[in-house]
Amino acid sequence: MDVESVEGGFGLYVHWPFCAAKCPYCDFNSHVAKVVDHRAWVESYLSEIKRISSETGPRVLNTIFFGGGTPSLMEPETVAAVIDAARAAWLPANDMEITLEANPGSVEAGRFAAFRQAGVNRVSLGVQALHDPDLRRLGRIHSVAEARTAFDIARNTFDRVSFDLIYARQDQSREDWRRELTEALSMTADHLSLYQLTVEDGTVFGARAAAGHLRGLPDEDLGADLYQITQDLCEARGLPAYEVSNHAVPGSESRHNLIYWHAGDWAGIGPGAHGRLTINGQRFATETAKAPAKWLKDVHTGSGYSDQTTISGNDQADEYLIMGLRLTEGIEPARYARLSGQHLSAQTIAHLSDLGLIAETSTPAGLRLAATRSGRAVLNAVIAELAATAG
Amino acid sequence: MTELSHIRNFSIVAHIDHGKSTLADRLIQSTNTVSEREMKEQLLDAMDIERERGITIKANTVRIEYIADNGELYVLNLIDTPGHVDFAYEVSRSMHAVEGSLLVVDSTQGVEAQTLANVYQAIDADHDIIPVLNKIDLPASEPDRVREQIEDVIGIDASDALLVSAKSGIGIHETLEAIVHRLPAPVGDRDAPLKAMLVDSWYDPYLGVVVLVRIMDGVMKKNDRVKFMRNGTIHQIDKIGVFRPAMQDVAELGPGEIGFITASIKQVRDTKVGDTITHEKKGADKPLPGFQPSIPVVFCGLFPVDSAEFEDLRDAIEKLALNDASFSFEMETSAALGFGFRCGFLGLLHLEVIRDRLEREYDIDLITTAPSVVYHIFMKDGTMQELHNPADMPDLTYVDHVEEPRIKATIMVPDEYLGDVLKLCQDRRGIQMELTYAGTRPLVVYDLPLNEVVFDFYDRLKSVTKGYASFDYQLIGYREDQLVKMQILVNDEPVDALSMMVHRDRAEMRGRAMCEKLKDLIPRHMFKIPIQAAIGGKVIARETLSAMRKDVTAKCYGGDATRKKKLLEKQKAGKKKMRQFGKVDIPQEAFISALKMDS
Ligand SMILES: Nc1nc2c(ncn2[C@@H]2O[C@H](COP(=O)(O)OP(=O)(O)O)[C@@H](O)[C@H]2O)c(=O)[nH]1
Ligand SMILES: C[S@@+](CC[C@H](N)C(=O)[O-])C[C@H]1O[C@@H](n2cnc3c(N)ncnc32)[C@H](O)[C@@H]1O
Ligand code: SF4
Ligand SMILES: [Mg+2]
Repeated sequence: MDVESVEGGFGLYVHWPFCAAKCPYCDFNSHVAKVVDHRAWVESYLSEIKRISSETGPRVLNTIFFGGGTPSLMEPETVAAVIDAARAAWLPANDMEITLEANPGSVEAGRFAAFRQAGVNRVSLGVQALHDPDLRRLGRIHSVAEARTAFDIARNTFDRVSFDLIYARQDQSREDWRRELTEALSMTADHLSLYQLTVEDGTVFGARAAAGHLRGLPDEDLGADLYQITQDLCEARGLPAYEVSNHAVPGSESRHNLIYWHAGDWAGIGPGAHGRLTINGQRFATETAKAPAKWLKDVHTGSGYSDQTTISGNDQADEYLIMGLRLTEGIEPARYARLSGQHLSAQTIAHLSDLGLIAETSTPAGLRLAATRSGRAVLNAVIAELAATAG
Repeated sequence: MTELSHIRNFSIVAHIDHGKSTLADRLIQSTNTVSEREMKEQLLDAMDIERERGITIKANTVRIEYIADNGELYVLNLIDTPGHVDFAYEVSRSMHAVEGSLLVVDSTQGVEAQTLANVYQAIDADHDIIPVLNKIDLPASEPDRVREQIEDVIGIDASDALLVSAKSGIGIHETLEAIVHRLPAPVGDRDAPLKAMLVDSWYDPYLGVVVLVRIMDGVMKKNDRVKFMRNGTIHQIDKIGVFRPAMQDVAELGPGEIGFITASIKQVRDTKVGDTITHEKKGADKPLPGFQPSIPVVFCGLFPVDSAEFEDLRDAIEKLALNDASFSFEMETSAALGFGFRCGFLGLLHLEVIRDRLEREYDIDLITTAPSVVYHIFMKDGTMQELHNPADMPDLTYVDHVEEPRIKATIMVPDEYLGDVLKLCQDRRGIQMELTYAGTRPLVVYDLPLNEVVFDFYDRLKSVTKGYASFDYQLIGYREDQLVKMQILVNDEPVDALSMMVHRDRAEMRGRAMCEKLKDLIPRHMFKIPIQAAIGGKVIARETLSAMRKDVTAKCYGGDATRKKKLLEKQKAGKKKMRQFGKVDIPQEAFISALKMDS
């Protein structure tokens, strides 16, 4: 039994699949719906919590995360019902972190207060840019001013507030980003998610790029420079990176997301939600149907899972490597070896260390291996090299 | 057996899509060679498929029986001969097996490159040629213009060209009559000792090797004991027949006739195109002229990407070689690539066809090393070594001089591209031998080193002339030149599979081109990679591939773990498809693409 995944904490992910409008770059499972039968959704979430908790048995629940889509469009009653049901189904930790993703367009102070009332203690706000023309290019339906207002309300309502920015945007220069990020850092969030724009297949941006119509995207060198600028500025302002794209005042890291990166356990409910659960010493990956109607129907007929598979030790080890090396704190090579029965290649570690891409440190708890700042910029290659040479 | 005077043997020469298959179908159909029911698909298109995938280009034949307007029965044998320079010799043998050609030109298009390339083969074989202007049913048809063009460009009389629509059956009868009256009957002596030309051969899973023959003199019958004069091997004929187009047994084949035999022959290798078949007893003393042993002129190494597939590769190569006499192979080991085979081919197309078949039909991923010609290395001790692989070049201190194969290249090209063609030949160390006009078209003859031609000359020629050049070549012997071995070092390690022989004066340019190419072909790594070209110990060109700076997934949360794991599996599999040279992964395409030059 992999004790570590159990000890890595336990969270609940709740997916809300609806948005007011679909953003052209977004490949999340999000849909624009004219009418949403809120009652059916509440019932389904509750039914899933009941079903899954009967499988996991009593466990300490550390976090709940409402992700989307746009969960700030949920009825506060729905949020409250889910939180209450989760508290009843599992053993709520004293300091349970309950996060909700919010879009700046869908915020009113009253609603935020209701979410807080329901138990939400952290919001993650999708600001995306502090530049109106770029918000329009990203297809966002809110302005910078609205985003700032939403942020202020959030700041006044919740203990912990994070917001997201997308950078490495079309025609964005090093100077532009430095200015914008400096402004963002002055907004007193305790946490920032800063993502380089990714052109995803199957999105409007993906099709535009394929047709050669998405111009002005940064080349590799500019992308790398923007990444380093991000690290410098955030570090200087006391929000160092604790993960590839996530920065926090130390202590304010997203505990829910850390469960993913620590390869811990979480239950996933709602359309397209994934989960990882250790039950009777066996680790499972769970999946649900992506289409909202299909998921509702599945739940109605007994189980929201569309797929449930056991994960081999090797696959667990790969996931641990993929997720764990994203963290500044890195991984514990010994845990990798326990999972896969294989050791990371000493030669590869030596080579990557020589190149300044990874570093080993010994801690009282044992040896750790972490990507350096420049190593995190090329993490896919570092991971591929380590995974391919383990034996 | 048919009287010589009542036999006509011919081929059809045409540019692709000008209507060769359709016309052949009409000829077959209108003479009731096959029943209406069998006439389902284009008969010659079955051959096109074969042509696409076949390594040895097969000559397909059909025997048509036609009662002419004069009331007499004629036997018309059509041999289909697709053309490519790699198989020029095979095509020329097929052409020598017949006496005439139909030159089919689409009257809406006119003469095109392939028309020329093929018609010159027919002229070379002394054919009488009947121009056929096809597709006259179309409004865009311009028979007068095309007739004039044939005269100007090809230089043959087109005043009595036939006006045909193969599609709607116009002019088919006239075509058959023209074949009878305008093409010569074959000549031959029934009473002379047997002389049959081996036109082609292929492996049939039921019958073993099938040999296509043209009888020049004498008579061949079932159960005859015959000798293949080249090797002196004796076989007894099991089966003798003609193609209608299905196999049909006959009692005998006499002079002027074209048909097939089988004789319990196991391997196509044992039947050499152009060989003469005679009787074991009272046979001919001299073979027919024109035989050339097929010798591979281009060599390269083929290595399995996954070294565990070496035995599979061996099996596959052996199987292919059974059915392709012109393909040679021997085992090779490379420091970088492990075990593989050094293979010899008739040319680059041949190489590509074999490589594709190994990859597709046998499902083996291959690394192909730089193609090379055979050099003659004269040692100071007076001995000579053949060098098939630049990696084996002996230490220069023992080498007196090096000779390389030269070719005589004949190129026909429209005026507007002449300058580009001359420049291309000049750039490839060519020596101009002739520049004349055939009709209004320039005809260029160059003496060129084969090593400058094997790799991409044909592609370059096609591209500078937009396909409007015809190209043919023959080997003319070996000549000494300043040839040196150029090594490529990637991250300071020599990559033997990229070594090549180059002319000293061109070394720097080629070296630079190679380094630049490789810089584009090798993906960025986590460290910077020097790429160098060197002669002896001396670096003559250098590029640096800078280190990768960014390759990281921006968002990776719970749901992404599965997706990322799949990506990692792909990356691991992709890595297997690359070869490591001093920590550098070189993708397999790099080995062949690096040598293609842009200018
Ligand atoms: N209109 C018209 N089309 C023809 C004629 N002969 C052939 N075609 C068409 O031209 C195309 C190429 O003919 P095909 O016989 O396959 O050409 P090949 O490549 O020379 O064998 C086919 O679509 C034929 O149907 C003709 O006389 N008139
Ligand atoms: C699940 S999304 C939803 C958040 C919320 N619906 C919103 O749009 O504000 C989480 C974050 O991922 C980021 N994101 C989405 N698509 C992205 C892309 N193609 N490239 C980079 N970041 C992206 C955005 O910053 C977004 O806020
Ligand atoms: S980015 Fe957010 S708001 Fe836009 S479509 Fe995706 S989930 Fe919905
Ligand atoms: Mg055809």
